[in-house]
Amino acid sequence: MTATIRTRMGDGHAVALSRDDLRRDLVDGSQEAARRAKIPVLDGADIDHLAEIFAYPGRIAGVEPGHEVVLTKDGCANTLYGGQMSSGVGIPLAREQGVRLMERAFGFDTMEIGHPDYSFKPAKPLVALEQLCMAQAQLDCVVPLFYGAMPNMGLYFRPDGPFANPADLLPDGRIEEARAAQLEAAARLRDDILYVSRAMDEVGADGIDIDTTASAGDAEFLATLQAVEELATHTDLAIEVGMATELVLGFHGELDYKGRRLAGLWPHQQLAVVEQAGAHLFGPAITTKTNKSVPWNVARACTFVKECSRVAEIPIHANVGMGVGGVPTVEVQPNDVVTRVGVALVEIGRADGL
Amino acid sequence: MSLCHALASGMGGIRTTGDLVARMQLRKMRLPQAKRFVADKLGLSVADLADSTLLRELREELDIGVVTGVATAAKGIEAKARIANLLGVPVRSVDRLRQKAGP
Repeated sequence: MTATIRTRMGDGHAVALSRDDLRRDLVDGSQEAARRAKIPVLDGADIDHLAEIFAYPGRIAGVEPGHEVVLTKDGCANTLYGGQMSSGVGIPLAREQGVRLMERAFGFDTMEIGHPDYSFKPAKPLVALEQLCMAQAQLDCVVPLFYGAMPNMGLYFRPDGPFANPADLLPDGRIEEARAAQLEAAARLRDDILYVSRAMDEVGADGIDIDTTASAGDAEFLATLQAVEELATHTDLAIEVGMATELVLGFHGELDYKGRRLAGLWPHQQLAVVEQAGAHLFGPAITTKTNKSVPWNVARACTFVKECSRVAEIPIHANVGMGVGGVPTVEVQPNDVVTRVGVALVEIGRADGL
Repeated sequence: MSLCHALASGMGGIRTTGDLVARMQLRKMRLPQAKRFVADKLGLSVADLADSTLLRELREELDIGVVTGVATAAKGIEAKARIANLLGVPVRSVDRLRQKAGP
């Protein structure tokens, strides 16, 4: 048994922890989440199990046989042909080929079609091309295929969009104007999500993955929930809602969905309104703190996700991309901790998928 | 990174039964219920659902798509039509094919 455990910080750099340090980080990370969201801390058995996962000396870890989970993947095949800004590896292949690779060579359970910018706004004027790609891929593929995109409401504000930018208005104290601009943008965003999603409905997509939701705060979350409600009522598309981070920011501050104030919602509370809107899968996102160890971050993420899993009526697919779920914020991911993050969120967080 | 998760935690897609369990999750089934549903339909134990050796043969026997290139095996939409029948659930692209194929 080794005296120290080699793991990593949230920025990916290697660090050696004593067993006492490891346990302290696990307990502290869980307590931090519990204190903020007023949810239970991980129990002693959970902490013991996490300690085992991180103390295991192998380069990579895996779930116990029988504990495997379903994978959904935001961005999907885009990471094969994309560039550095998306951690893409720049292979010259079409996304249709990428989807087939992810299905047949890499064993993914589901796949996605997505615009290279992965946002609803730029996908809208090209939706006929997006439909073609989806329709053809549906003929070729066996696994369920989502259309994936981010709400990314920031694209609707000047200079990228038509509406006044709240980031310019708020520092001047023009709060009502900033709120009005967010509502205008949210209405346009909701319409764009519906436009693209209905186009995917026409060509037989299995579902829509609305990813990185609420990145621009509560107004973006409201637009998404309204779009989800409409799609769940009038189509039979499966809808996955993945979040941007663990706390919905109140850039507007006074918005609610069916009486529930959106600003300040924690993952298990986000889940409640997402379920209420009619979504089929929920993806909690817990932002990784780069100045804390991966064990600290993973214990924190597991605490949030375990509470989601406890109260959920729909499957929970925890976000485990770069910078969320305890995965380090670093361009080239270290396999040692990435695999441990997944194992922990499945076996301690009780996630239904990743 | 996504391949790390596929190897460490994923069900294995069409190597095993990952696509089938995923289809039940798209109908709001939590993981244990989705696995039990698929296992019952295939006559397997839940523990067998991610066994690639077992599923390679069974998927070819059921003709629901196999991971290797077998010319005579059902491909893409053909496999999904059989999966819809096997699971007893609608698959949207298969419904579209039937609509396009006409009466």
